[in-house]
This record gives sequence, structure tokens and C-alpha cells, in this order.
Amino acid sequence: MTLAEKILAAHCGKKSVVPGEIINVRVDMVLANDITAPLAIQEFRKLGARKVFDPKKIVLVPDHFVPNKDILSAEQTKIMRDFAREQGTIYFEVGRVGIEHVILPDLGIVLPGQVVIGADSHTCTYGGLGAFATGMGSTDIACAMATGDIWMKVPHTILFLYRGQLPKWVGGKDLILYTIGQIGVDGALYAAMEFAGEAIESLSMDGRFTMANMAIEAGGKAGLFRVDARTRQYVKARSKAPYTAYKGDAKAEYSQVIEYDVSKLEPQVAFPHLPSNTRPLSKVGKVRIDQAVIGSCTNGRIEDLRLAAAVLKGQKVHPEVRLIVIPGSQEVYLQAMKEGLVETFILSGAAVSTPTCGPCLGGYMGVLAAGEVAISTTNRNFVGRMGSTKSEIYLANPAVVAASAVLGRIGGVEEMLQ
Amino acid sequence: MAMRGQAHKYGANVDTDAIIPARYLNVSDAATLARHCMEDIDPEFVKRAKPGDIVVAGPNFGSGSSREHAPVAIKASGVSCVIAESFARIFYRNAINIGLPILECPEAARDTRAGDTLDVELETGKIKNVSRGRTYQAQPFPAFMMELIAAGGLVAYTRRRLEAKGAV
Repeated sequence: MTLAEKILAAHCGKKSVVPGEIINVRVDMVLANDITAPLAIQEFRKLGARKVFDPKKIVLVPDHFVPNKDILSAEQTKIMRDFAREQGTIYFEVGRVGIEHVILPDLGIVLPGQVVIGADSHTCTYGGLGAFATGMGSTDIACAMATGDIWMKVPHTILFLYRGQLPKWVGGKDLILYTIGQIGVDGALYAAMEFAGEAIESLSMDGRFTMANMAIEAGGKAGLFRVDARTRQYVKARSKAPYTAYKGDAKAEYSQVIEYDVSKLEPQVAFPHLPSNTRPLSKVGKVRIDQAVIGSCTNGRIEDLRLAAAVLKGQKVHPEVRLIVIPGSQEVYLQAMKEGLVETFILSGAAVSTPTCGPCLGGYMGVLAAGEVAISTTNRNFVGRMGSTKSEIYLANPAVVAASAVLGRIGGVEEMLQ
Repeated sequence: MAMRGQAHKYGANVDTDAIIPARYLNVSDAATLARHCMEDIDPEFVKRAKPGDIVVAGPNFGSGSSREHAPVAIKASGVSCVIAESFARIFYRNAINIGLPILECPEAARDTRAGDTLDVELETGKIKNVSRGRTYQAQPFPAFMMELIAAGGLVAYTRRRLEAKGAV
């Protein structure tokens, strides 16, 4: 069995499972946010259930339109807050919160080997820890909150092997954008993506979370990394709870094995309006920008901010560009303050915001007007995703976004330094 | 369940931001969401859509966000069924869970033109393009999905499980 199959088998009380099989899976953590929880709570009430199956395994995170952007979103968040208090679930209030997929691994709430389901498509982020984590809708989450289990079809697994060591300024974001560019936005439809190879072994945990996060952008059900010394060290610093590090069999059957030599990989840029529309940085041409965004569940971690600050140190944001930096959590924000990164951002002319999903989904805190162009470290560049349907979004890694903010057009660090 | 409706045709990778833009996600009321269904890729859809109409699309329909608001908006706009070459997996689950009929049928999806009249028989997966005189067979649902649909969706199915355990 593959890593994904091992985890799922262990969570449905079976010795083995095969792709395509429909199983009932015991879940270790169930999550929802301020957009998806209200619908889930409405369906939970329809079930007639009075109590969630285990309040310590339900986590509700206000992050999308929070701090409340308007009256309607304030009402939605209130529904979630009241439910969290009534049921005693895990809940994070404004001032102690961050983007769900940044805080849950960072606070040791999700662990390797777990099955995690969330009413948010980027729940797959926890695959970075070697968990089987997948996004679902509000009704699925409502039922799992009541029963502690959920039906799943066992996905087939595609193994991605990344050969060689990554060049400077190239990271997890570039690996996943390159991969999506190669296989397409439905290239891993229904599949578990397993990431391995030399480049992955030396990839940081933050880089792994970035890659796992965007598995959904290739249609994947989950994106998994094998647990190694780096994973163990990360978890040890955050949780004392026991966990199981599952390992795929040496003879595991993959539906496909895809290998890439990434030793000469350039930073990747996804052109409008699909994450698969990628080009290497040298083939981008001249694209002027109005806005640059650094943050989100994809690239709002401390390593991302360190990269951006290293680029922006002593530089000024182009006079015609708005650079918005959004730390992914209060912890990331505080660490960035201690390291002087926030000072670097502000001195360069950037706006630094409290943690929120904000502009990534065109909520607030950086919505685009018609005709405007943004480069962003976020995960989707669909039509209208960040505002007007006549705006355009390019996706890239934090170093490229920072350098582009200085240049006033899309470009890399070397180009900025010339 | 048999349905007849006129087709609204879309291309590949219709994402959930296109089906219901995030700026309307500060509500979860179905009727309000329906007023903005497809707004960003087809602003006329809401005016054109009649009860019973059928949405027909290319591969990877419903990709992107997990928002259940997307199938909720489609259903509340009166659409009886969605036929696509393929569906993104979260949308697929959500549609089944909330009782929006969906059928995977690449041939029917490719052949259908906007405005064609379609007859759909959900149990058998038979699709007839009345305007073009052609019939198609959609992918059958796995047995478990049929059980869910027959039970009236995931909430009704789970409620029955909870009742059996004496949990409600």
C-alpha cells in the first residue's frame, strides 16, 4: 500500500484498502472557517444531533473575512462563535488567530498520520506533515462533527519524484507551480499526490506545506510527504502528543510515477487565469503590476516573510505599486517583528496587515479594480478571484513577488539587483 | 426521476469562484446566492435560467474552493441537473450531499449546444438530446452513492445512522 492507503486503512479498521474502494473513515480532526461553518452548523441542526462527537477534535477558525469586514460577515462569524462556545470546540478569537492552515500545524493541533477533513479546499496543506488531509463541503463536515467519521473513496496515488537540488531563489512554490503546469489543473483529479526525491528531502517544512497546499490546484484529493527527521523535529517542538508515522510499502502500487530533474528549475510564474498556465521567469516578458501580495495559507509562513524581507532590505517599493504583506498567524507576525522583518517591510513602503485570507479570495484588504494587475504568493488566479473580473493575477514565490514590487513589473531578484 | 430542460453551455474548468464569487459568501441563504449564480462568467444566466434548465460543461466542473454555496446557488436558481465531462471531487460530493443531480458524460457534454433541449433519466443515466435526436449513457453512480441519493442525501442518511445508535 502507498502512504495514503496505509493511513486510510488504519482509520477504517481494515488490514488493507485498494483504490476505488469506498470506506468509512474515522477522523482525527474536523475543521471549518467563518464562510463554511455557518452552513455546516445549519446542517448539523438538521441532523437532530445535540453534541459534537468530540469537542477536542473540532476546530473552528475565523480567518476569511475576519476581523469582520462588514455586517453580514459579522453575523456569519457570530453563528460560528456561538456554536463553538455552546459545544466547547477548539476556537481561536481575533487577536489569537491566523489562517487555519498556517496555525493548525504550527500549534501542533494536526499531526503526522492523522486523517483531517476540513470545509476548506486547502485542508490538503497538512499533507506536509504526512497526514491524510482533504477538503470537503459543509454538509460532509456537519455529519462528521456529529459522528466522527466520513465516507471516502480510496484515491489512487501518483508519485512525484524531484531529482537534484534546487537553485537559489527557487522553492516549494516553484516545484508545485511547475508540477501543475506540467499535469494541468485536473492532472491529479481524485488522486493522492505523493512528493519525494532529493529536492524534497532537503525542502523545509514551510516549503512542504506550500506544495501540499496546492495539491487541490491539480485536482488532487491530498498531497502527502513522507515523515522524516525534519518532520519529527518540527512536531517535537510543537506537540507532546503521540502520533504514528506511516510508511508506504517498498512495493506500493502507484497509478503513475512522474520524475522531474529540478536542478536547473527557474522560479515559476502562473499567468492568468489558471494556476497551470505557468512559465519560467525568464519567459515572462514585460508585465507591469499595480499590486503585489505576500501572504495566504500558501505562502504566509515565517520562511516566506524571511525570503521577502531579504529581497526588500534597503529597497523601496516602486512608486506605482501597492505591496501588501499579510503574516499567516499571530505567531508568524510576532516572530517577524522580533527578527526586524516587519520594519523592513514598512521601511520599503509596504502595508502590513493582521492575519487574514483577505485579498486571496477578493474578500477585502486589497481588492483589485478593472484593468489592474497583481502578482501574488496566493494559490488561485481565476477570473475575478481578487476583485474585478477585468483584473489579472499572476502567481509566484515570495522572492519574485517582493522583487516585482520593487521593479514595478514581474521580475526576479537578480534583475532587481542589477 | 426524469427531467427535461434547456441547456446552458460552459467550457472547461468552471471554478467555484465563477459559480458564486467570494464577495457574496458573507451570506449562506440559498435564494440570495442564486441571484448571483454564474455572475462573473455569464451575467445573463440568472435572467435566462428557467426552472428545470440543465447546466452542461466541459471537464473539471466546480474546481477550486470547497464552498458548498456553489451547488446550493445552482440548485436554487432552478437548475434541475448538471452534466459535465468530469467534476472536481469536492463539488461532486457537495452536489450529491445537497441533492443537486449531476451526471458525468463526456460525449453528451461535448455534443450539446446552448439552447438544446435535453431529457435526463437520473436512475439509468440516460441522456437524450431532443434537439439533435441523439442519446447518451452517463457513468453510473457507485452503489454507495445510489444508497445516499435514495436516502435523500447525506443528512438524511446520517440522521438515520444516529437514530439507530440512539444518539438523537
